[in-house]
Amino acid sequence: MLAACGVESAEDLFAHLPEAVRLKRPLDLPDGVSEYEIVDYFRRQGDRNANGYASFLGAGVYAHYRPVLVDTVVSRGEFLTSYTPYQAEISQGTLTTIFEFQTMICQLTGMDVANASMYDGSTALAEAALMAARLTSKGGLLVARTVHPEYQEVLQTYAKNQGMPITEFGYDPGTGAADLDDLERKLNSLDAAVILQSPNFFGVVEDVNRAAELAHRRAALLVMGFTEAVSLGILQPPAEADILAGELQSFAISPSYGGPYAGIIATRDRFVRQMPGRLVGETTDTHGNRAFCLTLATREQHIRREKATSNICTNQALIALMATVFMSVYGKQGLRELAEQNLAKAHYLAGKLTPRFSGPFFNEFVVSTNGRNPEEINRALLERKIIGGLPLGRFYPELSGAMLLCATEMSRREDMDALAAIF
Amino acid sequence: MYPENYRYTKEHEWVLVEGDAGTVGITDHAQHELGDIVYVDFKYGRDTLKAGQQVEQGKSIGSVESVKAVSDIYSPVSGEIVEINQSLADTPEKLNADPHGEAWLFKIRLSNPGEIANLLSAADYEAYIGAEK
Repeated sequence: MLAACGVESAEDLFAHLPEAVRLKRPLDLPDGVSEYEIVDYFRRQGDRNANGYASFLGAGVYAHYRPVLVDTVVSRGEFLTSYTPYQAEISQGTLTTIFEFQTMICQLTGMDVANASMYDGSTALAEAALMAARLTSKGGLLVARTVHPEYQEVLQTYAKNQGMPITEFGYDPGTGAADLDDLERKLNSLDAAVILQSPNFFGVVEDVNRAAELAHRRAALLVMGFTEAVSLGILQPPAEADILAGELQSFAISPSYGGPYAGIIATRDRFVRQMPGRLVGETTDTHGNRAFCLTLATREQHIRREKATSNICTNQALIALMATVFMSVYGKQGLRELAEQNLAKAHYLAGKLTPRFSGPFFNEFVVSTNGRNPEEINRALLERKIIGGLPLGRFYPELSGAMLLCATEMSRREDMDALAAIF
Repeated sequence: MYPENYRYTKEHEWVLVEGDAGTVGITDHAQHELGDIVYVDFKYGRDTLKAGQQVEQGKSIGSVESVKAVSDIYSPVSGEIVEINQSLADTPEKLNADPHGEAWLFKIRLSNPGEIANLLSAADYEAYIGAEK
């Protein structure tokens, strides 16, 4: 190869670099080690994690079971290593799975059309807000205080740079649900969207119908967010919502320190041209066979440039595929059963404690710590190999004496009993 | 191919003027370059284009979308929109089939008929698109 390059030694390849920038000593790296030593090193580091601890942490990321079949399917080379497989001529397999995904999301949510997935729930919500602004030609956003605080931060980042004013409306301190009277007072005709999450950050189910009515009266759209996808197995889908934006991490996506996740945007047919992200459609090939391809590409930046619906030009294909396999494995009945288990376990745990709010909840709820420091309770739990809930003071100063707890199908009775005893 | 009694723009629109009544569309060259047309979006500024809207010569009144491209449409004349061809919503493919006839985009009442002096004749337009190739 040296001969092919026309040099005598490897050193000659660097001869053009000035002496002054040449490194004259070996790099400060330890000697190489064997494969066994490397694997052993990481195994020992991994042992320092809280493996096998029971977790009662929710707040936007949930501990759900990942069926084995999920990794079996997504590990196939055709899915795992293919790069941006959207070309219809050679990617019918991938496009088919995305079409199935979109279809299942519509069946689950009752919406007319869903896209091929977004990065995560928080950016999906922000994109949904921008979409509402384009559709209404207005700019104001009414955001519930009960929307996930970190989703609100992402929304603020997007809105600030688009010059879109955000007004927050509060929650009822008794029920824990968004205060729709406050919404009504604050809504005006300059508002593009009302943004609500259900179940909300406190786990409480919101009154979607009334929120929709209030929004529509002011010619604004209702954007509904969700962080716990399993809730769709038992809660009525928000039929009055104009745009749905949510997080699919609960569907066999590992928590993984915050990502990668997959978000989703779903909407009504009449809004589809303003929907961001990739969209797979069904068509026929030149032989008349059923085929799939990307569609409505004119929404996207490679065609519409600065007038595109978004800078997003891809999807979370592999992660969305995990969710697709999950939905296939559970099916409609299975998902219902899964949701019922979550509901039952969370209500069993809540029954042993004193929920702060009276509103109906799915698998998360807020408890007062009755004067005790929530961090101190969590330390005591950790010694019992239990990860406690989220102390709320960090995001809601008015709730600094409270904690958000979550129970899922993975929660064991003995751990719930142990947690209740320490409270 | 290009009707003698129409006037044309460099942005590939045509206008048929009869008195102060104008009918506007896109040219055969435009539909050919776009490919299969799937959607027409009538917009003036941020609002949907409607009858009664005052438009200015050269301003965008919307866009035509094909499978692979989007092209803005500009009004060749100033005036008041009288009618928009709603049939294009259901059958946008008419723009490929009959761009100079059945697939007219909108009718307009000219506020300044003198403006058509700035537009191209059929011969000028054919020369223009011939040179573009």
